[in-house]
Amino acid sequence: MWIYEKKLEYPVRIKNPNPKMAKLIITQYGGPDGELAASLRYLSQRYIMPIPEAKGLLTDIGTEELAHFEIVGTMVYQLMKGASPEEIKAAGAADYFVDHGRGVYPQSAAGNPFTAAYIQSKGDPVTDLYENLAAEQKARSTYEYLIRTADGADVIEPLQFLREREVVHFQRFGEALMKVQEYLESKKYF
Amino acid sequence: MKNNERARLLDEIRAIEFMTIELNLYLDTHPDDQKALNDYNSYTKQLMALKDEYQRRYGPLSNFGTAVSEYPWAWINEPWPWELD
Repeated sequence: MWIYEKKLEYPVRIKNPNPKMAKLIITQYGGPDGELAASLRYLSQRYIMPIPEAKGLLTDIGTEELAHFEIVGTMVYQLMKGASPEEIKAAGAADYFVDHGRGVYPQSAAGNPFTAAYIQSKGDPVTDLYENLAAEQKARSTYEYLIRTADGADVIEPLQFLREREVVHFQRFGEALMKVQEYLESKKYF
Repeated sequence: MKNNERARLLDEIRAIEFMTIELNLYLDTHPDDQKALNDYNSYTKQLMALKDEYQRRYGPLSNFGTAVSEYPWAWINEPWPWELD
């Protein structure tokens, strides 16, 4: 069961439309290292975790990623809102516009629609946690590339918040991996 | 922001909630850290009080039986989180 909270985890108050930036940021909505992939990955992997710490952590990070999915969707929505078709065309976002208008669609920056092929749920807790460590680093890199291409505190600050969360999640997954490995080792001998 | 006081209270809620999110994830992998647990419980109480105050003034923050509504059904009231108000 999930309960919705009618607020963003981090506020998004974009001042001016910027369809070019919207088309780049959408990659963290539905791209290979995006928030939807992250949430789906962790919430799917948690079933086979052998220790309560890992079950809790995957549930909680998977839930926080949904909040990030909403932050990114909000950024895309506000960056497209109010942009004229001429401005959208000039920004190089006419291809997005003809398929989705000003709607928010889960795709990568290159236009590939979201696919579950971005994630793995291997049925092996060690393998899955290693995947998650890599996933958090890939998302961190993507946010750093986005921050380098962005202008204005209204766009950069939410991206910086999201980048920092990837760093924290990486740290926690590392701790969970150590605990899972300790548990599996202890089972071998006793 | 049209409603500065509502936005200010929401920012305050977010700040305290951030502490609970951070401590929650930390406690998942450090369940025996008594100091972190005390902090979590303290911030959680502050957060619950702030949410109560917000909901009394501005309506439900969460759905499915987690907050009561005045008449008419206030859950659908705008702004939604993606909307600039």
